[in-house]
Amino acid sequence: MKLTCKEAARLISEGLDRNLNAAERTKLRLHVAVCKACDRVSKQFEFLRRAARQYPGPGEEREK
Amino acid sequence: MGLPIEPSELERYRPQLLKFAMLQLRDPTSAEDAVQETLLAAIQSGGNFTGKSSVSTWLVGILKHKVIDTIRRQSRERPLELSPDDQSPEDLEALFKDDGHFQDPPADWMDPEAALTQRKFFEALERCLQDLPKNSARVFTMREVAGLDLDEICKEVGITATNCGVLLYRARLRLRSCLEQTWFGGSAPRRK
Repeated sequence: MKLTCKEAARLISEGLDRNLNAAERTKLRLHVAVCKACDRVSKQFEFLRRAARQYPGPGEEREK
Repeated sequence: MGLPIEPSELERYRPQLLKFAMLQLRDPTSAEDAVQETLLAAIQSGGNFTGKSSVSTWLVGILKHKVIDTIRRQSRERPLELSPDDQSPEDLEALFKDDGHFQDPPADWMDPEAALTQRKFFEALERCLQDLPKNSARVFTMREVAGLDLDEICKEVGITATNCGVLLYRARLRLRSCLEQTWFGGSAPRRK
């Protein structure tokens, strides 16, 4: 069964918090491979994680 | 090895540290306490400052641990109360068409990594975090800023993994669209 973008985006988010099972991974991979929107969502969610982990960002010193 | 800066000089980092603690703890008293403990710890362990990182990075590193301790303590005292919206996220439904496609497909962010070197980007991120609904913000900062795992978060705040997942999903979708509008949309400087 194919995923919609709505289902795919939810699974992308869940994949950042738990291990997806094999069926979920396969469905998601098939969807993202052909869907530019969800490919971006996936990269952007991962970017949000990197950004949040680095929050509050560069210290003052580097700005000088 | 002594402290590279005078204890009195540490004071000038207090506002920055307070903002960081406030965003995650959302309670002025606990935020003040965490910052106070951080500055004390910094004075006591000045010898650990190697000069490899900036002073503010070093202080934030200490504060992160204090914030996690406080989150763990607080969660047991203040379990999270789910709103009806948290269980059926209608605001998220509105982002999709009936057929499950995006209403507004996500844009190409070009070179997001460049944003991570800019202080202004983190200020934009902070504003977006402040705009999130309370419960989503709390769970998201526990997960992504403090780095706790899902099981621990659910247990600490007393909600199911499914509800926790909805809150995180909402936070991510809304942060994504907020940053797209305020930072990656082209009106803000992408790079200097």
